[in-house]
Amino acid sequence: MSDQPLLSVRHLSTTFATPAGPLRAVDDVSFDLDAHETLGIVGESGSGKTVLARTLMGLQPRLNVEVTGSVQLAGHEVVGASTARLRELWSSEVAMVFQDPMTSLNPVMRVGRQIDEVLRVRHGMDRAAARARAIELLDLVGIPSAAQRYRAYPFELSGGMRQRVVIAIALAGQPRLLIADEPTTGLDVTIQAQILDLLDTLRAQLGMSVVMITHDLGVVATRTSRLLVMYAGRVAETGPTGDVFRHHRMPYTRALLESSPKLSNAPHTRLAAIPGQPPNLARVGPGCHFAPRCDLASDRCREVAPALEPTERPDHLFACWHPLRTPSETPGASS
Amino acid sequence: MSDRPTTPDAPEIGGDLAAARPPLGPLFWISVGWLGLNVLGAVLANVLPLVNPLAQDYNFINAGPSLHHWLGTDDLGRDILSRIVFGSRVSLLVGSGSMVIGFGVGMPLGMLAAYRRGRFDAVVTAVMYVLLAFPAIIAVIAVLSFWTPRTLLKIIIVIGAASIPLVYRVIRSATLSIATREFVTVAQVQGARDGRIIWRELLPNVAPIAVSFLLVGVATVVTLEGALAFLGLSVNPPTPSWGNMINESRTILSQNPWLAIFPSIALGLFLLSLNYIGDRLRAHFDVTEVKL
Amino acid sequence: MTETTSPLLRVRDLSVTFPHHGHTLTAVDGVSFEVSRGETLGVVGESGCGKSTMGRALMRIVEARTGSVELAGVDLTTLRGRALRETRRRMQMIFQDPISSLNPRRRIADIVAEPLDAWKSAAGAEREATVERLLREVGIDPALHGRRYPRQFSGGQCQRISIARALAMRPELLICDEVVSALDVSVQAQILNLLEDLKAEYGLTLIFIAHDLAVVKNISDRIAVMYLGQIVELAPAQVLYDAPAHPYTALLLGSALEADPDQPRERTVLQGEPPSPLDPPSGCRFRTRCPDATDLCAREAPMPRDVAPGHRVACHFPRRRAD
Repeated sequence: MSDQPLLSVRHLSTTFATPAGPLRAVDDVSFDLDAHETLGIVGESGSGKTVLARTLMGLQPRLNVEVTGSVQLAGHEVVGASTARLRELWSSEVAMVFQDPMTSLNPVMRVGRQIDEVLRVRHGMDRAAARARAIELLDLVGIPSAAQRYRAYPFELSGGMRQRVVIAIALAGQPRLLIADEPTTGLDVTIQAQILDLLDTLRAQLGMSVVMITHDLGVVATRTSRLLVMYAGRVAETGPTGDVFRHHRMPYTRALLESSPKLSNAPHTRLAAIPGQPPNLARVGPGCHFAPRCDLASDRCREVAPALEPTERPDHLFACWHPLRTPSETPGASS
Repeated sequence: MSDRPTTPDAPEIGGDLAAARPPLGPLFWISVGWLGLNVLGAVLANVLPLVNPLAQDYNFINAGPSLHHWLGTDDLGRDILSRIVFGSRVSLLVGSGSMVIGFGVGMPLGMLAAYRRGRFDAVVTAVMYVLLAFPAIIAVIAVLSFWTPRTLLKIIIVIGAASIPLVYRVIRSATLSIATREFVTVAQVQGARDGRIIWRELLPNVAPIAVSFLLVGVATVVTLEGALAFLGLSVNPPTPSWGNMINESRTILSQNPWLAIFPSIALGLFLLSLNYIGDRLRAHFDVTEVKL
Repeated sequence: MTETTSPLLRVRDLSVTFPHHGHTLTAVDGVSFEVSRGETLGVVGESGCGKSTMGRALMRIVEARTGSVELAGVDLTTLRGRALRETRRRMQMIFQDPISSLNPRRRIADIVAEPLDAWKSAAGAEREATVERLLREVGIDPALHGRRYPRQFSGGQCQRISIARALAMRPELLICDEVVSALDVSVQAQILNLLEDLKAEYGLTLIFIAHDLAVVKNISDRIAVMYLGQIVELAPAQVLYDAPAHPYTALLLGSALEADPDQPRERTVLQGEPPSPLDPPSGCRFRTRCPDATDLCAREAPMPRDVAPGHRVACHFPRRRAD
């Protein structure tokens, strides 16, 4: 344990003003991330995971958005920081990889130039040095014959190669934290595995921390050290990845796990689907947001939102009034 | 089927999005009212208590607004208000008539080409682009210069024909974005005939775009009529139209500015309300714009 | 009932090509398979492998260049006009994008009734009753939601409505093209369960096209694996998973991300990317990425052959079950 975490988030909330009333997309989220650690943030659409990522970056527009709480990134406060201050952080401390590599790249600019640009503008490198470094970065992210691909346009590259370029751009500033928002969604399984392996290798090699945001439990199962399960803007459960998978206490976590189809299932296995769908955040009640879909919900769940509570395991927290028993507590009791 | 979960929370999303649809607003209804007044005036000009627009009142030559002539008179002593109301007939007829021709031909062609694609589309589009390459205004001026005597019908036909390629291009691209959607494919494989698909699946989606373009089109043609009148290529005097009223006022602008101001205001307000209505309608009916 | 033993769908040597800037792109390349009545055939492969194009060619949304598609003995590829419309209504297709699949300007009840209206097969009270029953069967309350527009529904609900519309014609064969890939995990499970229920209720035969191996494994009796326009392996779902014979299948399984922290990390991940279908490799299409490739693979394309009853593979060196 280092003395101070790289990223420390405390009571972070992001609220949008909409015609239908205030919409709290991120609701009182707190967590720490140590150096060299990988945190997975898992949730369905509307869980607030993408808004959380953008808030961590300080990317929210100022208009109609209210951010409260604190995001300490390597000792710097992100919430309320000026654009100039954020720009300094973006170049050296934190970088982001978005879901769609086609829209995060400029379609009419050679990919090498797009990396050059970051190096020259943010790091004051001269043309030759920037070019050399760009090729080095392309090589680092596993693009074959990097010197030739330097001159390619984004449309000439496949989806997987484009995502590698996006990662190379993110790495240009040698950030200490990389936030990856659905970095492999939309890519083929084989390419997905390659990109995830690449991210993990780079993390170890460059000593970065990674926040991996995804809807896919398969992405985080073996590649993260800790997990944050989000539902309707709130943290449902968080802890070491293995503990959350094996000893989850929150019914939503269980539902999420049981509704994902598994390769080991026999054909025609009936999946434990969660009825209904994620709620509309502009119209949620005062209680637990998962209550309308939860088979264990009581009146208390509908009226009072549960706070995060610790389990007997270190760092493992959950928010539920009727937590599931884990097999370790009552052997054989789990269904 | 009893164990199959129904989805009670469904209306929530819908309720909000429906509320987020931009309202038409009071200005929209004022515009509609003004437009209605214009149309009503044009239709009922004969029965309205207006003096003959061609009658000359020698007591009032180049007079300003007065109780006798609310908006004054021109250099021949004709009542400006009466001439504006009667003049709106020409403007509205040219505007709507030519758009009937333009949309009557351009819209079915555009929709069919976008839906069928293939050779039909290639041929029609090629022809239309050749026509588009030729400046429409020059073509209109050229034809009207030689096709004499100029009647209202001829002006309508010429402007209408010139607008076909423009209408075609807009409708075709609007249809194209709809025709490639999967619900059209579904309708095809479910056995719906082409006519039914164009009518039931495509038209409801193209219509809002067509209506707002139609309104802008009318406005453009009314302006064009004014421009033609400026060149002496519109209806022959003494028949009034907004365009040739402004045109005639040119020579005596210093003596009687009212003669230019009032028809210009009439034309300006008419165009403004048309464009505003078109714009609001497009925003209101554009489903894709309805987002949080 | 002689039909129960003969396959419902018989596809022979189906090829689809598209012109592409002066070249010919072979999207589907000589695909043959059969689907029995009541069976679910899964089709998996990476993007660009031709699985969606194949589905569309079965429906004749795109035209096949060669080959035949027989539905209960009737060859669809030679039909025209009314005969095509009549036969095609016996098969229906559901697409990936739930939003794009529904006309945004029509009410849900009218969307579901459209096939009835198009065929004038039901009107008035009968039409109403049918629409109500269909919506109820897919879990949408007709009284509450029938008069709403598609934009007022979530992706999962739109997909339910698409399914209801497809069932309106009482099809025998339902082709599902990536129908759950745009949905959240929890909603995805609902739709998969719904399809299983409806399949039993309507006696449907399914062709389930998807890129997600786990999803396909969960719903299919047999699975066809496609690579660059060809079926490289076709086997019962469990056999394919337990003993993949084609190296590509094995590597595809190895690349799959399981929601299981105990899954071994030491896996062989498939390297590189699929070559362009405009310029496919000589011989076996997979040889450029295959760890087992030899000179033979570059010279000769492997012919599909049975390695076990009902287990067909197109590979010179199929992997054997580790006994």
